[in-house]
Amino acid sequence: MMQRRAGIVLTEKKSHLVENRLGPVMRRFGFKDTASLLAELRHGHEALVQAVIEAMTTNDSAFFRDRKTFDEFRDIVLPSLLVARASTKRLSIWCAACAAGQEAYSLAMLLDDRKLLAEGWTIDLYATDINGQMIARGEEGLYSQFEVQRGLPIRRLLTCFTQEGNSWRITPHLRRMVTFRKFNLLDSFGWLPDLDVVFCRNVLMYFDQKTRLSVIDRIADILAPDGALLVGPAESVAGVGVGFTPVENAPGLFYKARPVQLLRRAG
Amino acid sequence: MKTCLVVDDSRVIRKITCRILKELAFHTVEADNGEEALVLCRRNMPDVILLDWNLPHMSGVEFVRSVRAEKNGSVPVVLFCTTENDVSHISEALGAGADEYIMKPFDKSIIEAKFSEVGLM
Repeated sequence: MMQRRAGIVLTEKKSHLVENRLGPVMRRFGFKDTASLLAELRHGHEALVQAVIEAMTTNDSAFFRDRKTFDEFRDIVLPSLLVARASTKRLSIWCAACAAGQEAYSLAMLLDDRKLLAEGWTIDLYATDINGQMIARGEEGLYSQFEVQRGLPIRRLLTCFTQEGNSWRITPHLRRMVTFRKFNLLDSFGWLPDLDVVFCRNVLMYFDQKTRLSVIDRIADILAPDGALLVGPAESVAGVGVGFTPVENAPGLFYKARPVQLLRRAG
Repeated sequence: MKTCLVVDDSRVIRKITCRILKELAFHTVEADNGEEALVLCRRNMPDVILLDWNLPHMSGVEFVRSVRAEKNGSVPVVLFCTTENDVSHISEALGAGADEYIMKPFDKSIIEAKFSEVGLM
């Protein structure tokens, strides 16, 4: 079911993880054991299916997680795009597995640093995840003290969040930059516009080979010819499907076509 | 190996913090108040100072101002590590010369993240 509905492969090695994560679902739906839960799943109980999918997805994230990836976006990808899109002044970016929104808001902060909105740019920043609870958290934009301390310099915390008790809320200005939507990567990408940048980090690794190929091919379909794909630093899409080209000394950064000219921001 | 001075009047917090710092390959020195910490700094300025806000004799903010006024007082990276978690305290600490701010409770992942922010890892 997990493979068919979410593309996630659960091997025997993960049985302990599965049991741990199903515990809260069993309590919530009143099942006494996993066998009765699995039996009900086979009957297609949709709310239960969604709860199991959400329980089985990994949602750990952090602001500016794997900092080098954000440096690559800021220093390599963005400068080239700002030149290439100077006539339209429009950028479309998609965080394909955004968890609770930290990745998307980290990008919003970097884009805001460049004052692009004030300069008349239109930024379409989409953030999707298969987990509806995570999307709701991203829309809420409220993070715990623990969450904001992993990845955010204190000065950025003060300028980009307001304190609410022991929690911190993203400022309305940054909140408005991100459009959240619950979305399964197995479904059609048809609702998305042509994209300049796709972040699809630490998710392809959970898919079987067929699903991984399908997702990568469909990302290629909606990426602009000079568009960039960023995956996790330990992931690679080189030589897969349509063939993305890696960028030297930039782990996790791939271009759909080898860019004619890459501009690296000075300093 | 870089040296981190841990200034906190709680022996338990100092012990937990020093254990984490040793795992991160830092040499640790401890002080339970600001005056003692200032003496240690004058004797041998550390690379990093992890500092509580509420200390006997001298507050954490007074200590930072005193350290920064020393001849080589710009050397150490100063991170507050405190339960004083509101914006006004954070702003005051940064204004006094602190580089980063850790809000208690903390764990190893937060210390690692904050040390990365200030280029210590």
